[in-house]
Amino acid sequence: MIKEKLMRDVYVNFVREQILNGDKVVALEADLAKCSGMITLQKEFPDRVINVGIAEQNMASVAAGLSAYGFIPFIHSFGPFVTRRICDQLMISICYAKQNVKIIGSDPGITAELNGGTHMPLEDIGVLRSIPNIVIYEPTDNVEFEKILPQVLSYNGPVYVRMFRKIPPSVFDEEKNEEFDLFKAKVIKSGSDVTIVAAGIMVSEAIKASEILEKSNISVEVIASPTIKPIDKDTIIESVKKTGLVVTAENHNVCGGLRSAVAEVVSENYPVLLHSIGVKEKFGEVGKQAYLKNVFKMNATDIADEVIKAIEDKRKLNSSC
Amino acid sequence: MVNNKKAEGKEMQSFLEAFARDIRENIIDCIGSIGVGHIGGCLSIADVLAVLYGRRMRIDKSQPRLEGRDRLVCSKGHAGPAIYATLAASGYFPKEELLTLNKGGTNLPSHCDMNKTIGVDMTAGSLGQGLSCAVGMAIGSKIKDDGAYIYAIIGDGESQEGQIWEAAMLAAHKKLNNLIVFTDYNKMQIDGTVDEINSLAPLDKKWRAFGFKVQVIDGHDTLAIDNAIVKAQKSKDKPSMIILNTIKGKGVSFAEAAKVGCHSMSLSAEQCEVAKKEIRGDYND
Repeated sequence: MIKEKLMRDVYVNFVREQILNGDKVVALEADLAKCSGMITLQKEFPDRVINVGIAEQNMASVAAGLSAYGFIPFIHSFGPFVTRRICDQLMISICYAKQNVKIIGSDPGITAELNGGTHMPLEDIGVLRSIPNIVIYEPTDNVEFEKILPQVLSYNGPVYVRMFRKIPPSVFDEEKNEEFDLFKAKVIKSGSDVTIVAAGIMVSEAIKASEILEKSNISVEVIASPTIKPIDKDTIIESVKKTGLVVTAENHNVCGGLRSAVAEVVSENYPVLLHSIGVKEKFGEVGKQAYLKNVFKMNATDIADEVIKAIEDKRKLNSSC
Repeated sequence: MVNNKKAEGKEMQSFLEAFARDIRENIIDCIGSIGVGHIGGCLSIADVLAVLYGRRMRIDKSQPRLEGRDRLVCSKGHAGPAIYATLAASGYFPKEELLTLNKGGTNLPSHCDMNKTIGVDMTAGSLGQGLSCAVGMAIGSKIKDDGAYIYAIIGDGESQEGQIWEAAMLAAHKKLNNLIVFTDYNKMQIDGTVDEINSLAPLDKKWRAFGFKVQVIDGHDTLAIDNAIVKAQKSKDKPSMIILNTIKGKGVSFAEAAKVGCHSMSLSAEQCEVAKKEIRGDYND
C-alpha cells in the first residue's frame, strides 16, 4: 500500500526508475542523501547521483550547468536550504537562465519537527513565489505524489516540491486510480456554505474540520490545492461563486503562501471574505507535529472554529450593507 | 576572422594578435554605441578570448548549440560586450548588432544571457555562480564522455565570492581535468584595488591548495595563453587554473589611466576614435 510508504521513498523510487530507463535525470544532494534516502542510489549510480557536500549554493548552480548540458537535475536539501539560502542561485542560475531543474525541499513547515526554527520552512513559498514562472508544488499524499512526479519531470522548467519525508496523512484512495494534474486543484468534498482551500498536511485537517462542521449543519467544500504557483484560479473561483466564503489552511506563514495566492485570485475575480489558518508571523520552534499544531493553531478544530468565525463575520458584513 | 589551428609560432601569434585587436575594436564600437559600460574588464580579457575562439575551442558557428562542443562560461558576466565582440568577430552574428548593446529589446544585454545571444553558453551576472555552472557542465561532459573542454573566465574581485571556492573544491574532488578556468587578475574592482578591498594573495597558492593545476602567465601574451591551454589540456586528474596577469582597460590609454575608474565608464564618440586608433596602432591601414 503506497499510503504506508515514506514519501521520500516515492521520490527515490521515481528517480531510480528514471536513471534506469533514461539518460536525462541526475540527482544532487548536499550531504543529506541519508535523509532523503538517495544514499542507496548514490551507491548504485555514482555517476548520476552527485553529492556536492554542504554547499547548497554550488549545488543549485552546478545543477543549472548540468541542465544547460542537457540533463534534468533534481536537487535536494532541507527546505530552507534549497529556498531562502540559495534564493539568488535559484533566481539567476536556474530560473532567469531558464534551466530545467527540479528542487526538492524537505520537510515543509512544522513537519521539520525536532530540527526546529532554523530548519523549519515557513517562508519558503513566499520567498519563491515572486520569481517568474517557477512552479511550487506541495504533495497532498503519496497517491497524488506518485502520479504528479512524472508531470514534474515532463514540465520544462523549474519546479519546487515541498516534500514531507515521512508517511504523510492519507487522503486519496489508491484503489480509485484517480487522475491528477499538476496544474489543477481538486474538489475533495462538495459543499455550499464555505470553501476551504488547503495544501499538504492541512488537507486532511480540512477534511476533519468539514466533518466537525457538518454536525452543526455547515456544508463545507474542501479543495486540495497542491500547486500553489500557479494557483488553479478556475477551480477556486467556481467554488467561491457557490459558497461566497473562503478559508485557507496551510503549513506555512499566512504571509506569502497559499492564503496570499488565494486572496490574489479571489480579490481580482470574485471578491468574497477570506479567513486563514496557518502560522501567523511567528518563527518555527522545536516540537512534534501534534505539539506544533497546537502552538500554531493548525488542528482541524482550529479550522472549524475559524470557519464559524468567518461565517459570523460574513453575516455581520451582509447585515451592515 | 576564422579559426587558424594549423598556423604555428610567429604566424599563429600574428593571427591571434590581429584577432585580439578586432575584438578590442568591436568592444569599443559596442560600448561606444550606448556611451557607457564595463570597458576595463572587457578589454582585459580580449587576448584570452582571441586564443579560445580563434584557435582552441572546438566550436562551429553554424551549429552554436551542437552537443559535445567546447563551452565557455564567462562567470564575470559584466564582460558580456567582450563576448559579443568576439562572437561578432567570429561570424556568429553581424557586427552591426554590436551597436544594439543595452538598447530596448536588444539581444545583447550588459550581462551574458544564453537565451538572448547566439553563441553564449551560459547566463551570468550575479557573481560567483558561473564557475559552478561550468563545473556542472564539466561533470555533464564526463557523464556523456563527449571529450569536450569547459572553459570559464572568472574575475579577481569575483573570487571574493564564497561560491567560487565551493565550486573549486567540487571540481578538484571530481577530478575535472576537462575544466580550464582563467582568472582575469587585473587587480582592480569597483571600490579600489583588490589588495585594498580584500586581497586574494597568494592567489596561485590558494588554487594549488584547492587541488588545481595552476599556471601564472602574462594575460596579454597570446602565445603564452595558447601554450598554457595546451598544458592544461594534458592534465590527467586535476582541473586547471590559468591566472592571467592583466591590465584593466588594456590597449586603450585613457581606460588604463583611469585604473579602478574604468570598471564602468562613459565613452564618447571622440574617445572611441582615439581608442580605436590606439588599438590599431602601427597596424592601421
